[in-house]
Amino acid sequence: MPSLGADMEAGTLVEWRVKPGDAIHRGDIICEVVTEKGDIEVESWLTGTVEQLLVQVGQKVPVKTLMALIRTEGEGAAAVPPAPAPSAPAPSAPAPSAPAPPAPTPPAPTPSAPLPAPQPSSERTRISPAARKRIEAAGLDASTIVGSGIGGAITIADVEKAMSASQPAARAESEATSVTAIRRAIARAMARSKREIPHYYLSQTIDMSRALSWLERENSARELPRRLLYSVLLLKAVALAVREVPEMNGFWQDDHWIGSDAVHAGVATSLRSGGLIAPAIHDVGGKSLDEVMHALQDLVNRARSSGLRSSELSDPTITVTSLGERGCDSVMPIIYPPQVAIVGFGRVVEQAWAENGMVGARRVIHATLGGDHRASDGHRGALFLRAVDSLMQSPEQL
Amino acid sequence: MNEQELREIVKRTLHRIAPEVDLDSIDGKTDLREEIDLDSMDLLNFFVALHEQLKVDIAETDYSRLTTLDGCVQYLREKTGAV
Repeated sequence: MPSLGADMEAGTLVEWRVKPGDAIHRGDIICEVVTEKGDIEVESWLTGTVEQLLVQVGQKVPVKTLMALIRTEGEGAAAVPPAPAPSAPAPSAPAPSAPAPPAPTPPAPTPSAPLPAPQPSSERTRISPAARKRIEAAGLDASTIVGSGIGGAITIADVEKAMSASQPAARAESEATSVTAIRRAIARAMARSKREIPHYYLSQTIDMSRALSWLERENSARELPRRLLYSVLLLKAVALAVREVPEMNGFWQDDHWIGSDAVHAGVATSLRSGGLIAPAIHDVGGKSLDEVMHALQDLVNRARSSGLRSSELSDPTITVTSLGERGCDSVMPIIYPPQVAIVGFGRVVEQAWAENGMVGARRVIHATLGGDHRASDGHRGALFLRAVDSLMQSPEQL
Repeated sequence: MNEQELREIVKRTLHRIAPEVDLDSIDGKTDLREEIDLDSMDLLNFFVALHEQLKVDIAETDYSRLTTLDGCVQYLREKTGAV
């Protein structure tokens, strides 16, 4: 059971997507688990053949529990340890071929273009499209409905039965529970951050006029579906600034900073049902603005429909939180452990700006950095924020 | 297409973005961003969906006209020639 963030303690297996004997590749989805952050598709870290599945569907197991054995290429048949008892902690020495929990600095699974189109989370139960619409409209949880169709598929009749059975009180309780669960998960991660990470804070006001004017010109020449949001420029600028000050990027583990070559930017995303998650866009520095935009759109849509993948939650190397146009002027963000920095952006505001002895009105944004004093200090943090500022002054080069 | 049909399309499109909101209870003149908590990505998705359904082009400079239910309907009437 991979750790999908510092705040996760356990997960419940919802579905295996592979069976013994299946050939799998690194990055393939092997199972789906449900956590406080919703349903997550777990990717394999190995290429090989599925030897044995050790966890049953419906079982809730702690992080690091051995879930399956995978025989890698060139390896003989793996020795199969007995399946752990339900909810037992992981064997301390997993079989050599066991999928290890995500390494702290996994190389970026950088999918080559074309990028996957935004799509809703894949289904774990067969549900007819009409029944799915009814489930969504009624606000029901598909996993609680018993299907009577072919292969256990959920039909409209099943949904109607479930609707009549579901009391409003029970529904309200289940929603409250999931909101409480995500709040609890956030509290765990943030309490750990405040307890363990000696934060320092810096802020820099960035003149956004050039970047926004450039973006307006660019967007006016683009079809609506291809337009960019300014947050894409900010994400790319953060990723490029990391190249100048690499100690902002990576993890703090076992009293050491472990850097990462690629910048997997966690994007703080608020959920409509309440709560916040920060899944990663992989290798932002290596993507064009269009690719970052596409990835952002895909990620936000999937985060809000509970369709994230394990690597997106386990490997952000730095987080960016942007308050957007309805936010306030600035944010003092809290680092998401084990990361070592978080960059915050307030809303764009128009203010008086003096330059070359002249005062004029400019659109500006207040950028802040929450840094980990164990990994860097204010001097390096300042260079980093100044680099973000400087990059935003040449938007066409982002 | 008449005004009522346009209004229904707008509401149906918004419902996909904010399924928990009762759109019938919303005043046509209130700012949707505030009222149903739409961020810039939600708004962009909303405009793209309207663009694809109605084949209208919405310039970025016109976005501010589409932030209320009434504003959307009025704008789309002009663009589609609906009565």
